[in-house]
Amino acid sequence: MLRYILQRLILIPILLIIFSIMVFALVQAPPGDFLTSYIATLASTGSSLNQETIAMLEHQFGLDQPVHIQYLRWMQNLLRGDLGLSLEYQLPNAELINDRLGLTLILALFAFVFTWVMAIPIGIYSATHRNTILDYLVTVVNYTGVAIPNFMLALILMWFAYSQFGLSVTGLFSRDFEQAPWSIAKGIDLLKHIWLPMIVIGLAGTARLTRVMRANLLDELNKPYIVSGRARGLSEWQLVMKYPVRLAINPLVSTIGWYLPELFSGSLIVATVMNLQNIGPLLLRSLINQDMYLAGAILMIYCFLAIIGTLISDILLAWLDPRIRMEKA
Amino acid sequence: MMDSIEPKTLQPEGAAPLEKADPAIYPPDEAVAAPTEIFEEPLVTTQEEERISIASNWTLVWWRFRKNVLAVISTVILLFLAIVVFIPDFFATMDPEETNARLAFIPVQRIHWLDEGQLKPWVPSVVGKRDPVTLAMKWTTDEAQKTYIRFFGTSWSYSVLGIFDSNIHLVSAAKADQADDDLAAQIFLLGTDRLGRDQWSRLAFATQISMTIGMISVIVSVVLGLLLGGISGYFGGWIDNIIQRLIELLQSLPTIPIWLALTAALPRTWSPEKVFFAITIILALRGWTTLGREVRGRFLSLREEDFVLAAELGGASQARIIVKHMIPTFTSHIIATSTLAIPVMIVTETSLSFLGLGMRPPAISWGVMLQEAQNIQTLALAPWLLTPGLIVIVAVLAFNLVGDGLRDAADPYSH
Repeated sequence: MLRYILQRLILIPILLIIFSIMVFALVQAPPGDFLTSYIATLASTGSSLNQETIAMLEHQFGLDQPVHIQYLRWMQNLLRGDLGLSLEYQLPNAELINDRLGLTLILALFAFVFTWVMAIPIGIYSATHRNTILDYLVTVVNYTGVAIPNFMLALILMWFAYSQFGLSVTGLFSRDFEQAPWSIAKGIDLLKHIWLPMIVIGLAGTARLTRVMRANLLDELNKPYIVSGRARGLSEWQLVMKYPVRLAINPLVSTIGWYLPELFSGSLIVATVMNLQNIGPLLLRSLINQDMYLAGAILMIYCFLAIIGTLISDILLAWLDPRIRMEKA
Repeated sequence: MMDSIEPKTLQPEGAAPLEKADPAIYPPDEAVAAPTEIFEEPLVTTQEEERISIASNWTLVWWRFRKNVLAVISTVILLFLAIVVFIPDFFATMDPEETNARLAFIPVQRIHWLDEGQLKPWVPSVVGKRDPVTLAMKWTTDEAQKTYIRFFGTSWSYSVLGIFDSNIHLVSAAKADQADDDLAAQIFLLGTDRLGRDQWSRLAFATQISMTIGMISVIVSVVLGLLLGGISGYFGGWIDNIIQRLIELLQSLPTIPIWLALTAALPRTWSPEKVFFAITIILALRGWTTLGREVRGRFLSLREEDFVLAAELGGASQARIIVKHMIPTFTSHIIATSTLAIPVMIVTETSLSFLGLGMRPPAISWGVMLQEAQNIQTLALAPWLLTPGLIVIVAVLAFNLVGDGLRDAADPYSH
């Protein structure tokens, strides 16, 4: 087990190096850089920078260096934990990202718990009450849940709340708490607002997981050991919960590997629509404004989160299923 | 063999369609229940059985598929969307780019089919009034004033697939050819947006772009997946190793942020066509990995099959073995998987364009149209701006149902 985990851990830095090259190439790729668009914005308002200031800024951000030197400098700083300076905000990126990163993680965690808490009981009910009206209802909700893009769901819910009740359901905090430091009251305020984004982000995953759970359990329920258990007079509850449910959940663990990363990055679009203060909207803004070091830092965080998500699922799977750790070790 | 039959007897409803579809594998119930019948007609097969035993694999798939009502309905919906893709002009009632600030936010005009007991379709006319305080135009539909509409009337001419020209349009206002700026000569079946552009006509063209992006990127994914997955599975060795690591690498990328960064990197000066192709390629870059994995798995197991050995001994070339002997065994599976991949591409394109990083105006796609619906106040004023989103949901649902239906039909062992 330990050896298996170590093997996976060794892979992380290798993946991160490859990703960092890709990310740097990506944020570097658009023609021009932040400075040229900054100068263009200034020019449109009538003011301009003199050549010396431009040269100084270029030098300060290393924009006058060849690309590979820029990359190496960036990597060096990253390894030291320095995420660089945002060109647009003129603030350290770490400071900009810090608060929002926590919200990204909290939101993903809530959506994840929501998914599992909803999907497994519904899946069990659906499988044990096959072809009943509720089962059909669940199937219909599942199909639509997968089909609705999550930003669309957010739009519909926001529109509904606004036009019916005059409520604005955007944001994660009330106005009073937006800038306030963390406190218990702020936490409670967060809980009051987080449920809607949680449902929006988690719905598609819940729908898919419910389907998988239902199908897995149906496979198990058709096996002879169920018949023999029933023949021996086990209660239906015991009959279903004791072995079939446990066996049906097992394959679900492997879905964590893609589901966690999907939650981290999937919240990006919803966050933009619902004005949630996580790293998603920040990435979007930095990409549009060519704030390359900020965009690069956020992209690296997303990559890191994706890797961690996969790692967690690998470890869980190996822990649950001895065949995997035996085979790989 | 017994293993695969036994669960079926425990679960008769799941096994029933299979027994009908393929009696060669699953003998009909009555044969088991009443063996005497077999003695009465020892070797004579009924016409029905004869039909099944000589049916090709594709016919069997089709027979199983058409039993799935939802999938068949979805196929009809997709066929309709396909017609829109090929001739959007036929459905459009006016130029999708035509802006008219005076006609902003006109509400949906619902079609009434009967007029005084006769079949004479009409829509209520729109009446505009300026709010004296805000000076904003307020539109209402007036049931008393009727704008009659006609079907298959003639209007501007367009080219059908570049083969011939036509000027027939599905629906238009009855007086469409008379006065151009007269409101009575125009109909807005789905209302207008902020710039007074007709939603209905825009939707027709958006359908063309969005569906084509989905289709093309899936086709590119399939080609890549077949090629790389096939190479990986057929040849094995170091090349297999490299391709597998590549797939793992691509699959562990956080998709949406990377897609955003990729589309943001597309130069702003590119023409809509260039952006269109760039986006299809971007979507396909990761799309092929799932199929590549599956194809590799199939090749790995097929390589050991006797019929491949037979073909090899018969002197067939490697290319011939792959194309003629191996690929046909899982074509139906590929079709099902790629059908299920199309909605993913469509949703991604819509999301990217919605954020302003995918297709950009003047190109029209579902996502570009939904950009108009970003502001919640605007949405409360003009909820019909959400209609492109409903079409997205319908299209995605239809693709999913058809894909599921195909997958079940293609797999004789499915429940």
